[in-house]
Amino acid sequence: MSLSAGATGPDQPAVTAIPALPHRTRLAIISRLFAVQASWNYEILIGTGIGFCVEPALRLLPGGAGGEAYRAALARQSQYFNAHPYLSSFAVGALAKAELEGQPAARIERFRTALCGPLGSVGDRLVWVGLLPTCSFGTLLLFGAGASPLTCVLAFLLLYNAGHVVLRLWGLQMGWERGLSVAAALGHPILREGPVWLARVGTLLAGVAVPLTVARLVGGTGIATSGITLLIAAAGASTLVLFHGRVEGWRLALIAGSAALVLFLLRHA
Amino acid sequence: MIADVLVLGLVGAILGLDMVSFPQAQISRPIVSATLGGAFMGDAGVGLLCGVLLELFAHETLPFGASRYPEWGSSSPVAGAAAAIGASVGSVSMALLFAVPFGLLTASAGGWSMVQLRHLNARLARRRLEALARGSARTVAGLQVAGATADLARAGGIALLAATIALPLVRWIAVQPAPLAPYAMPMLASLGGAVAGGAAWKMFHSTAGTRWFGLAGLAIGIAIALVRSR
Repeated sequence: MSLSAGATGPDQPAVTAIPALPHRTRLAIISRLFAVQASWNYEILIGTGIGFCVEPALRLLPGGAGGEAYRAALARQSQYFNAHPYLSSFAVGALAKAELEGQPAARIERFRTALCGPLGSVGDRLVWVGLLPTCSFGTLLLFGAGASPLTCVLAFLLLYNAGHVVLRLWGLQMGWERGLSVAAALGHPILREGPVWLARVGTLLAGVAVPLTVARLVGGTGIATSGITLLIAAAGASTLVLFHGRVEGWRLALIAGSAALVLFLLRHA
Repeated sequence: MIADVLVLGLVGAILGLDMVSFPQAQISRPIVSATLGGAFMGDAGVGLLCGVLLELFAHETLPFGASRYPEWGSSSPVAGAAAAIGASVGSVSMALLFAVPFGLLTASAGGWSMVQLRHLNARLARRRLEALARGSARTVAGLQVAGATADLARAGGIALLAATIALPLVRWIAVQPAPLAPYAMPMLASLGGAVAGGAAWKMFHSTAGTRWFGLAGLAIGIAIALVRSR
C-alpha cells in the first residue's frame, strides 16, 4: 500500500489550510512522545499511545476538546498502530496535520495503516541496530581506554540521547510539515544512509572496543592472561556466529557463570 | 541493609520504566544502571565493571517491538550494588562472579514480567474498547497512566525481590576463601567478549563493507590491548 494512498481517489478532500501548531500544543505533544509506549500491548500495540500523543492537537478541531470532530478523530487515532517508538513522531505530526486539515476519515485510516511498516523497519535499523550498539561500543572503547565511571556514563547518555531526542523532534517537525506526504521524508539521506554508516562505524568501534574492554577487565594479569582471554573470546564469538539463531550467548553465559560460581565455592569446601 | 534494599527497589523501578514505557533514554542500559547501583553503595568503579560485563551480554538482546528480551533496568542496578557490596567486604572477583550471573538471571525474570505486563495492558484495553471507539480522552490517558504505573510497580517489585536475595548472599559469597577466584575475571571477560563479538557480527554483517571496518578495528584493538598488557 502506498503511503499516499487515496491521494487522487473519489474521497479527494476539501483540505483546510491550517496555521502553525501553537507552542503549547507542540510542547504537550513532545512531552507525550516520550511515553508513547506506556500502554504497549499485544493487541493495539502503540495505538493508544498515538492517540495520547495526537490528542493535544485534536483540541484545535472545530468544537474543541470533547466536540464531535475531536471524539471521532481521537477514536480513529487510538486504534491499532505499530512503529518504532522514536519514529512514531513522524506519524504523530503527520496524523495531527491530516486531522486538522479535515482530510477524509477513510484516507487518514489508509495512510495510518500504510505508515506502520516503514516506520518500524527504518527505526529498527537506524536505532536498535545502529545508534544504540554504536554508542554502546563507543562507550566500551572509552572504558577500555581507561575512562572513569562518570565519563563512561555521561558519554553514553549524551551521545545516545543527542540522537534520540533530535530524531523525535525532527520526526514531529517533518510529519507536521509534510502531512500525508511524509513518505518523502522517509527517503531522507539520514534515514536511508544513516543505518549503513552507523553499522560501519559500529563495526569499527566494536572491533577496537571488545579487545580493549576484555584487556582492561583482566588488567594487571600480564600479556599471557590477556592473550589467552582474547583467544577464548574470539573462539567463543566464532562459535556463536556459527550457531547463529540456534544459541543465545547470554543464556549460555548465565549457565557457565552460575556453574563456575558453584564450582569455585565447592573447591574450597 | 533494609534501607539499601528499599533504595534499590526505587532505583530499579525508575530505571525499569525507562526500558519501554518512559522515556526510553537508555538509562536502563547496564553500563549506566549497574554503575549507578554501585555508586549508591559507594563504589561506582566496581559498579562500572559489573555494568561493562552485563553491557557486553546486552548487545545480543536488542529491544525489538514484540520480541521477548531481558529487562536490564531493574536487574542491573541490583547487580552493580551487589558487586560493590561484595567488593567492600571481600574479593572483587567473587563479588562479580556472583553479581553478573545474578544480573543475567534477574534480567531474564524481568523480561518474563514484561510479557505478563503486556498481556495485562491488552486486557485493560480490551475492556475499554467501547470507550476508545467513542473517542474518550479520559480512557486514552487512563490506559497510558495505568500501563506506566503497572510497569513502575513491576520493575520495582523485581528490583526489590532481587536486592532482598542478592545483598545478604553476596556478603557471604565474597568472603568465602576461593582458590580459583583469580580465574573469575578472565572467565567472565572471555564470555562477555565472545557474546559481544558474536552479536556485533550478527547486527552488522549484512551491511556492505562492514567486514573490512570490523577487521581493521579488531587489528587495532588487539594490537593496543597486547601492547598495554606488557
